[in-house]
Amino acid sequence: MGNEQTELLQGTLDMLILKSLALGEMHGLGISRRIEQITRGTFLVKPGSLFPALHRMEEQGWLKASWGESENKRRARYYQLTKAGRRRLGAETQRWSRISLAIERALEA
Amino acid sequence: MWLKNALRNWTKRREVSAELDEEVRGYVEMMAHEKIRAGVDAHRARREANMESGGVEQVKEQTREVRAGHFLETLWQDIRYGTRMLRKSPGFTAVAVLTLALGIGANTAIFSAVDPILFEPLPYPHPERIMMIWGIFQGARSQVTFFNYRELLKRNHSFDALAIFEPWQPTMIGGAEPERLEGQNVSYGYFRALGVEPAVGRDFQPADDTYQGAPVAILSYGLWQRRFGADRSIVGRQITLDGSAYTVIGIMPRGFENVLDPTAEIWSSEQQYNPATIKDTNTGEWGNHLSIVARLRPNATFAQAKADIETIARTPVPDFPRPRWASLRLGFIVDSLQADITRGVKPALIAVLGAVMLVLLIACVNVTNLLLARGAQRRGEFAMRAALGAGRSRLIQQLLTESLLLALVGGALGLLFAQMFVRGVIALSPANLPRINAIGLDRNAFFFALGITTLIGLLVGLVPALHASHSDLQAGLKEGSRQTAGTHQFTRRALVVAEVALALVLLVSAGLLLRSLTQLFSVNPGFDASNVLTMQVQTSAQMNSSPTGNREQFFKQAIENVQRVPGVESAAFTSFLPLADDPLMGLYGGFFEKDNGAPVGGGYGVFRCLVTPDYFKAMRIPLRRGRLLQATDVATSPHAVLINESLARREFGNQNPLGQRIKIGGHPNWPWYTIVGVVGDVRQDSLAGTHLDTAYMTPEQSWFVDQAMSLVVRAHGNSSALTSEIKNAIWAADKNQAIVRTATMDSLLAATVAQRRFTLILFEAFGIVALALAAIGIYGVLSGSVAERTREIGIRLALGAPRANILSLIVRQGMLLTAVGAIIGISGSFAAGRAIASQLFGITPLDATTYAGVIVLLAIVSVGACWLPAWRASRVDPCVTLRAE
Repeated sequence: MGNEQTELLQGTLDMLILKSLALGEMHGLGISRRIEQITRGTFLVKPGSLFPALHRMEEQGWLKASWGESENKRRARYYQLTKAGRRRLGAETQRWSRISLAIERALEA
Repeated sequence: MWLKNALRNWTKRREVSAELDEEVRGYVEMMAHEKIRAGVDAHRARREANMESGGVEQVKEQTREVRAGHFLETLWQDIRYGTRMLRKSPGFTAVAVLTLALGIGANTAIFSAVDPILFEPLPYPHPERIMMIWGIFQGARSQVTFFNYRELLKRNHSFDALAIFEPWQPTMIGGAEPERLEGQNVSYGYFRALGVEPAVGRDFQPADDTYQGAPVAILSYGLWQRRFGADRSIVGRQITLDGSAYTVIGIMPRGFENVLDPTAEIWSSEQQYNPATIKDTNTGEWGNHLSIVARLRPNATFAQAKADIETIARTPVPDFPRPRWASLRLGFIVDSLQADITRGVKPALIAVLGAVMLVLLIACVNVTNLLLARGAQRRGEFAMRAALGAGRSRLIQQLLTESLLLALVGGALGLLFAQMFVRGVIALSPANLPRINAIGLDRNAFFFALGITTLIGLLVGLVPALHASHSDLQAGLKEGSRQTAGTHQFTRRALVVAEVALALVLLVSAGLLLRSLTQLFSVNPGFDASNVLTMQVQTSAQMNSSPTGNREQFFKQAIENVQRVPGVESAAFTSFLPLADDPLMGLYGGFFEKDNGAPVGGGYGVFRCLVTPDYFKAMRIPLRRGRLLQATDVATSPHAVLINESLARREFGNQNPLGQRIKIGGHPNWPWYTIVGVVGDVRQDSLAGTHLDTAYMTPEQSWFVDQAMSLVVRAHGNSSALTSEIKNAIWAADKNQAIVRTATMDSLLAATVAQRRFTLILFEAFGIVALALAAIGIYGVLSGSVAERTREIGIRLALGAPRANILSLIVRQGMLLTAVGAIIGISGSFAAGRAIASQLFGITPLDATTYAGVIVLLAIVSVGACWLPAWRASRVDPCVTLRAE
């Protein structure tokens, strides 16, 4: 049971990160804030889960990172989607809408 | 993809690490910046950002863990860190590495000695199908007669090949000087039974086994290289052996290992037995002096084969008449070749293997204890690492890496030790150890060492690692906290108790073996071995063996020559030399006239010793009654025999045995001998042997003269100095007769206990190592305990406790550990004593002297180990300790 839940959450996190990067490149804190914003505060992503996910996705080839300058004039690492990342986002979105539809129906029945 | 990332993470690990640090720090600072902009003051903003993010180091650690190649990276880190830690405390490292190296080295050495003998299959195709077949005499293996072989060969349905073999030592002439070769006389199936063919030329064929046929020989690779310059054209040519021309028909392959006679260099086919003599039982064909080796048919099982030959034994057929001594009424003993050649040494080897494993176990316990003690010292360090984001599994991984490193260094050094130990084991090994040439540090031994090293690395690290990662980190961070020492101390004490128990088991076993050997040495062999030189003279098979034939003439001339050698006090020949490990072919059934020809002791055999009259003088065997044999006991005079005193007592009690008659051997034509004297008992087959019944007679009065006789020479001084002169004296009688096995009687005496001594020396060595390790263990635990109790001791002293009390307090604590260990060890020793019971002599496995001695030894050593920590405790200065707290 516990295991399934983590898997679900991990999948969720991956998808949320991909989604928030769909509009353009962003640094870590930006991604956190963006997820907070698009989920209306339902998901608060702590750096302890965010950075492992970002680095894993980068190694998987879904994200590409480059150094840039942040709002407070510091060097920051910006992430953007790769082609593979976009494909992944498409697939994830489809999967999620299927699942949420199914669950919605199940709950209504 | 994974590989690429892992490679990048590895090669640019500094860069990657710096980038991660900057990224995470940047995140926290940006977060703080947000808060400042929202109006929070800078200091608080930073603190909040730090707390919300969960700590820069922790985030970094969590991120690192998901990265490709992370495992390798941490492993590398752990190894470097571990190496640093080991180098930082060289004393600890040296003790731990040496302890492990001793344990691993000793185990690898013993394994490499035992492996080829007991575990590795013999170097033949399908070695499990090779069998040895023996007759049964007094419940033990006995050799068989030529006609038993012929009957089995003709009637069996289970064997592809079945062959007889016996030793053969021909003299080869043609080189610079005659050379006596070690060889075997075999029937044609011998190499087929082993499954090996000559590399050059052909194998023996059935036609080669023709009585007095054309002699043929097969050479070993070594002899071919050494004497014939590796010339292939030797095959088909003739060589001269014992004065006859033998045609060389083949050369065995280079790696051929002949486990049935490792020294044999030449083989001849069986041509000396005449199948036509089957009706005349008074011939060499009916002597029990042949061994049988056979190869099972591929579709036959061991059980089928055994049933097959048992049926043959039970159902005699007219074609194969059997005299009483070859009646096969007890059936056969059948055993696989490997079990057969190792049966003499297996119990000793298993015991040694068990002992050396105990040593390893003690070594492991000791190192575990050292690691625990070190773990206690490093609690602060572990707590710090945990606070910096290392998880529990990460800490365990680090500690296991360290213990594995320790084990690997120990293992490498252990291999060096093993190299030395193996040489020692070979040097110490008794003569009956089979396959001694196969003993060495081979690939198997290397993998064995690697295997136990890895296992040990994990084992010794596990308990300390779990302990360290378990302990209360809060407490650990508080410098000087001593509240949590309790469980450590308990584990460490339990380990020391285990060590003492294991050491006691080893010491008791060694003690039992030592007592056995002393018991054995106190056995009176029945003769005086000092200043006696022996050698065996083997006459060629062609000599006439009748009591008046040229063989008897040769022996007579030879003994006269030897007696004239200056320095010789007395000299004699005997057909059976005590304790020389000769096959028991000297045993015959004895029948007293008074019992109407019933065998002595109901089928009990007596040793038949043909001796020249001076034998008793040369061996100093005492005369108890009557007279000794003398030069007048010749073929034409009444047949005279001497018997030993315990046989005389058993058969005649208080009556006078002199004048009674006895027949030796069951043949109706063999003569009655009149007992003319009684001599002292002699241990004929071994010091531990209980079979003493012997009949002595002169060669002139025997029905045949043995082909080989042993010369015994008593010298006025050092007997071995006379060796070459004595040999020349024998050769002066006939230059073509072989002299083998030259040895002093003292060395033969020593050789009979060689296997026991081998086992004993190893056990003693292991016992001493075990005792030393246990002492170190006790010392270590007490030292730790004293260090932790310094404050308590200081208070006790301050409150007026005499220093002697402190001393006895600590010593008592140590002795309690010893006592508990000893009690557990004693019950273990009962089991060990039973396991080595077959190696004991003259004592029971519960020998009280041994137990008492070992316990006293253990007590003395452990008092010694307690003394230093106790003394240190009693020197504690209360002012200093109390001020320090």
